[in-house]
Amino acid sequence: MADTSPTPARRTVEIVIREEWGRVLATLVGLVRDFTLAEDALQDAVLVAVDTWDRRGIPDNPRAWLIQTARHKAIDRLRRGVRFEAKRNELKVLAELDAATHTAPTEDEDIHDERLPLIFTCCHPALADEARVALTLRTLGGLTTYEIARAFLVPEPTMAQRLVRAQRKIKKAGIPYRVPPPDLWPERLDSVLAVLYLIFNEGHTATSGENVTRADLCQEALRLTENLALLAPDEPEIQGLLALMLFHEARRETRTDGSGVLVALEDQDRGSWDQALIARGDEVIRKALKQSAPSPGRYQLQAAISGLHATAPTFAATDWEEILMLYGRLHQLQPTPIVRLNAIAAASFRYGPEAALESLNELVTETDLATYQPYHATLADLLRRAGSLPAARDAYRTAITFTDNVAERQFLERCLATLTEAA
Amino acid sequence: MKYILLIYSDSSDEPVPGTEAHGKYFQAFGTFTGNLAKSGKMAGGDALEPVSTATSVRVRGGKTVTTDGPFAETKEQLGGFYVVDADNLDEAIEWAAKIPTAEFGTIEVRPLMVFDNM
Repeated sequence: MADTSPTPARRTVEIVIREEWGRVLATLVGLVRDFTLAEDALQDAVLVAVDTWDRRGIPDNPRAWLIQTARHKAIDRLRRGVRFEAKRNELKVLAELDAATHTAPTEDEDIHDERLPLIFTCCHPALADEARVALTLRTLGGLTTYEIARAFLVPEPTMAQRLVRAQRKIKKAGIPYRVPPPDLWPERLDSVLAVLYLIFNEGHTATSGENVTRADLCQEALRLTENLALLAPDEPEIQGLLALMLFHEARRETRTDGSGVLVALEDQDRGSWDQALIARGDEVIRKALKQSAPSPGRYQLQAAISGLHATAPTFAATDWEEILMLYGRLHQLQPTPIVRLNAIAAASFRYGPEAALESLNELVTETDLATYQPYHATLADLLRRAGSLPAARDAYRTAITFTDNVAERQFLERCLATLTEAA
Repeated sequence: MKYILLIYSDSSDEPVPGTEAHGKYFQAFGTFTGNLAKSGKMAGGDALEPVSTATSVRVRGGKTVTTDGPFAETKEQLGGFYVVDADNLDEAIEWAAKIPTAEFGTIEVRPLMVFDNM
């Protein structure tokens, strides 16, 4: 049976493996050009590592150790496989691997970082959105299939199937393993950033389930984005996304109260915001905006908005003027009803709820927001502040029917209860 | 790797024969085919007669059942194909995007299966 209380040594081993997983797997995929084989070989190596390191201690260069061991495991697997079914490609890889092993790097030799091409492969637009997210978490984040399945609230076999199908498509469809050439870079980078943001958002605002934040996904998305920022330091949109995540992360603890119910930005305890994260986000976004001037991308604009909220001393002292200007620019790049909805909510604090209600009415007649929970929540809040309490109550009730997140629903129910008491 | 680029479109979106737009469309195909051939990546391809000429064949219980029409009755129909020999999916996508029909139809990119048992 599995040990239920791992020794401290075992836990350290697990942390080291988790830390090294992405880089090691990236190197292996680069060597064997086959996701499944690389992952199986790494699993084999990890089993040996857990056993050996537990007894003899962690080697000075665990990454080199894992790569070396996994490479041998991959050769074993290929040899076993090719005996029955000799495939030209595999024989070629085997020959290359054998050669590489004979000139193996020494323990302190620097191993080329292969994570950048790998993340572009995992986020290739020929893969389904869900598959990109799962593959990125598995391959670069080192999360287990079970962990990813739990985070996305799907059964483990479903997630396993999704991963297998994605890996098979990479191989069979010939999705390249490389950093995209300059003409493809903007489109492909968009896809990578969207995946990272999706992972972060899934952790930050769970669309379903018990808790509104699933901190582990946020941490993972942040870690992956930090890595990407290091690998491509001259790309201001990566820095923008990083800053956006840092600002959100700084406020995470105060987004819900002790019993897990959402707290509106207005009522959050600003004293508990993580000032170190905010300062870091501020530094990152300033640098990015300088690099991209005069045309910042959408993640930078969102980060700048989030940064103005995070650095305002009080809610009342928020620089709404600047925020509205940023929303205007964001809407030019991303002309979606959701951006307009957020801009209207911000404008209500500058020009009052009545004017905002008019804009909201315009928005809903022009677009299809009638089943979108935040639309009804915003409408309810504006009506409440404008003094139309019966209409506000109706809007809260409608909003409640469009949410399946417990924390969100409790928040809306609490707003509704407060209004009912006031009546 | 070899990929087949399957050209699907809704015939009502296609330029009407005899119009200037149709002439341009035809010319664009000529240019595309020329460029593909010149690059050395062309491994085949042809245009198809309209789906009204299609016949579907199934064998069930040893009996051949022949029916009129294409396999799937949808708005977007297969109108032709190219086979390209590309280094990877990105290159195949690049060629697919240059097919004139991609502007209003859909190009499906499918790798050809490789049987390389020795």
